[in-house]
Amino acid sequence: MPLMIGVPREIAVGEKRVATVPDVVEKLIKLGFTVAVESGAGDAANFSDETYRAAGAQIIEGAAKLWSASDIVLKVCVPTAEEVSLLREGGYLIGFIWPAQNPELMTQLAARKATVLAIDCLPRVLSRAQKMDALTSQAGVAGYRAVIEAANVFGRFFNGQITAAGKVPPAKVFIAGAGVAGLAAIGTAAGLGAIVRANDTRAEVADQVKSLGGEFVKVEYEEEGGGGGGYAKVMSEGFQQAQREMYAKQAREVDIIITTALIPGKPAPKLITAEMVKSMKPGSVIVDMAAERGGNCELTEPGQAVVKHGVTIVGYTDLNSRLAKQSSALYGNNLFRLTEELCKTKDGIINVNMDDDAIRGLTVIKDGVITWPAPAPKLPAAPAKPASAQPITAPSAHGHGKGGAPASATKIAIIFGVAALLFLLIGAYAPAAFLGHFTVFILACFVGYMVVWNVTPALHTPLMSVTNAISSIIAIGALVQISPPLMGDLDRPDGWIRWLAVAGIALTSINMFGGFAVTRRMLAMFRK
Amino acid sequence: MSASLATVSYIGATILFILSLGGLSNPESSRRGNLYGMIGMAIAVLATVFGPRVTMAGIPWIIGAMAVGSSIGLYAARKVLMTQMPELVALMHSLVGLAAMLVGFANYIDPAASSQLIGAEKSIHEIEIYIGILIGAITFSGSIIAFCKLSGKIGGKPLLLPGRHWMNLLGLLIVIIFGWQFLHSETVSAGMIALTVMTVIALLFGIHMVMAIGGADMPVVISMLNSYSGWAAAATGFMLSNDLLIVTGALVGSSGAILSYIMCRAMNRNFISVIAGGFGTGGGTPAAASGDSQPAGEVIAISAVDTAELLREAKNIIIVPGYGMAVAQAQHTVYEITKYLREKGINVRFGIHPVAGRMPGHMNVLLAEAKVPYDIVMEMDEINADFPDTDVAMVIGANDIVNPAAQEDPNSPIAGMPVLEVWKAKTSIVMKRSMASGYAGIDNPLFYKENNRMLFGDAKKMLDEVLVALKA
Repeated sequence: MPLMIGVPREIAVGEKRVATVPDVVEKLIKLGFTVAVESGAGDAANFSDETYRAAGAQIIEGAAKLWSASDIVLKVCVPTAEEVSLLREGGYLIGFIWPAQNPELMTQLAARKATVLAIDCLPRVLSRAQKMDALTSQAGVAGYRAVIEAANVFGRFFNGQITAAGKVPPAKVFIAGAGVAGLAAIGTAAGLGAIVRANDTRAEVADQVKSLGGEFVKVEYEEEGGGGGGYAKVMSEGFQQAQREMYAKQAREVDIIITTALIPGKPAPKLITAEMVKSMKPGSVIVDMAAERGGNCELTEPGQAVVKHGVTIVGYTDLNSRLAKQSSALYGNNLFRLTEELCKTKDGIINVNMDDDAIRGLTVIKDGVITWPAPAPKLPAAPAKPASAQPITAPSAHGHGKGGAPASATKIAIIFGVAALLFLLIGAYAPAAFLGHFTVFILACFVGYMVVWNVTPALHTPLMSVTNAISSIIAIGALVQISPPLMGDLDRPDGWIRWLAVAGIALTSINMFGGFAVTRRMLAMFRK
Repeated sequence: MSASLATVSYIGATILFILSLGGLSNPESSRRGNLYGMIGMAIAVLATVFGPRVTMAGIPWIIGAMAVGSSIGLYAARKVLMTQMPELVALMHSLVGLAAMLVGFANYIDPAASSQLIGAEKSIHEIEIYIGILIGAITFSGSIIAFCKLSGKIGGKPLLLPGRHWMNLLGLLIVIIFGWQFLHSETVSAGMIALTVMTVIALLFGIHMVMAIGGADMPVVISMLNSYSGWAAAATGFMLSNDLLIVTGALVGSSGAILSYIMCRAMNRNFISVIAGGFGTGGGTPAAASGDSQPAGEVIAISAVDTAELLREAKNIIIVPGYGMAVAQAQHTVYEITKYLREKGINVRFGIHPVAGRMPGHMNVLLAEAKVPYDIVMEMDEINADFPDTDVAMVIGANDIVNPAAQEDPNSPIAGMPVLEVWKAKTSIVMKRSMASGYAGIDNPLFYKENNRMLFGDAKKMLDEVLVALKA
């Protein structure tokens, strides 16, 4: 029995997005689901009921009816207590949840025996998860819109022009924080022709800034700002001092500042002080994308555009709703990709596979049990060996091996039996002196095995050349033959032995010196 | 220097050798590892020369021999091209083998070595000599043939004589019979006959063994010979009752054995079948089988300019190099392209199959030579899962290691061999001279896939054109 996916109208004030769009409805139906959309859900984003119906969705009047009919509910905003009470017992809910900020909501949802997938909890560092990353897609839209809002209130062109009426200088834009939103803003502003500068505490994003046409402004202070998972962390006092100086300098020079600095679970850092605002040229613009979390600018009024000291400070918190059609389309696609992961069988039944790193991270409540927070995924470079790479057992006629299959118990027993028998024979007949050497030999084999097993494949060639050099230890055999102290008068063919030994020494020293030298040469080339 | 002091020095050298191999486990510590090896070797040699077993009379001889050997060795190490590394390593293996033979013979004709031994001890000593020379001879001739094959002096095709398994068996039988005679010979000259016959058989066996193995199986052969050179040293150690040689030989021997095992696993074949010779010889008719399953679809060629366009528009690129890159000496151009694309913010990485090239780690060394940073050079297991998120997978002179038949066609001779899944990328580009099949002699369905493009021509030349087009 295929499940019913329901998409209610978003009821939060000012929210214009919708969790799915007609194009996505078609794809969901192809996965085997039936889809119901609340009447008027897409109106604010310019998707009419008609277009949903044409795509194959049922239109249901009223939230209560829709919620009760749906097995899986797709939402954008964090659900209200009222909405939670409409959720079917044991139902599925997918959308933004922010479990850290909404503990009450979590207990309410758990009480409904729901399974909840919080799109905001996606382990973003998994490259596989990128297609589902709604935070990224929404931040990208917001970054674009921030530049458009700035352009809207800015009194001049973005690009420089030389016209018959005179020369127009290009606008200078400074973007604080080069996360997804910041990068989108850089790209958009650069595309409009502005001179774009950007800064981030994470030095590794400098290349990304450059690739989008921006200029990376460094803080003259040594500290690494990556806080794990691609987020920034709180920086030291010395760094913050240097950063403030840099911001003050930028504020005096640029026309537009767009701030995007957020630190997970903390209020937004105050980067732009009232002093800095005062120092800006009249007519300048600040777009504070962190307004919802208190703002990066001291004078920001969340949700509003205000003019202070001649500078327009835009603190809109609904940038995504201001581009509702685009935001919804991208968000809908993110949710579709997620649904696809949940329904690999394409039969309209979902399977919340907790062994999958991405799904495990997303799932904050499973069957009424809170599973948030998920353990950190094993990263960065330890993807599970894909199932398809498992060796197929080849027909024995070809004499192929069994790949990495563990040896069976009988096989191990046989090996141990043979080894025991061999040891018994050696123990019974070999003289004591030999056994001493034999012990050393066997132990050395094991030591070699233990030591070499960890060698990284990249170094296999140097390993071979170094072992090659080391195996010229055989020179010792030749050295002791060349002129040993003689005991008694033995009939020793000295000439023969000496020439054999000299040849042996010459040959092994080619190896000894050549092997180490070439290894050295090779290893010197390996660099990060 | 007293005997005890020499022994203690040997223990020190042993520890340094172990540390040396351990140091090779990652690039950061590897240089130190090599240094440990050098110090260990210096200690071992000095302790021997100034130890109780060498008198002053021998010093000039030793210095002379070492001067000759070291100058040849250092010269070769400085001059060798990185693409010639497999040849150099093979040649060096042969030297170890030859030295083991010489030491064995010298030890046998030296009455001082065995005069005090009687009964079982004498027999064991003689067995040790016999086995030491046997392994040395096989290593020597096998490595020489491997060298000739790698340097192109002999064709890469496996030489498959009729009844070759029986010939090997016969050889083994003769070796055992003469071994028996050798043990029961009264005089040195009588034993010498048996020893010489065995040496000839062993040399022939070494030649025959490597002749029967084809070019792409060379990584296994090289690491196997590496292992043999170690066992030869260990056998010499037994012969001379020298623990340092035994330990070092065992270290080298097990290291080579592990490499062989890793290489075999990477081809999903067992050691015996590789050594016994080429693909599809164990039975069945692979030619007919591949004829039935002619891959459907069309081969779509692409120009260098279009390739550059694809690369420029990609976000994620994985380059899969193979032996063809080494042959064309294209690694420097590959790096130029990589550098250019990375400066543009494109994520370029390398995927290396364990048996790509002609010796273990061959590709890594070539890329390192071209200054490609090792942290973007990934192993197959690390990168295979990333192909679906990759825009362009570029295969340079590789074939069997990217053949989807290994996973899709259970009748394929390479079925079950782990391969790099380049076909899962949005687009794959294969750079190849022609449509000729790879070492395994089977068609590659990858070339016929819808999302695959072929860039025909010499890898170096085509990559140069791609680079020019990129920069244009």
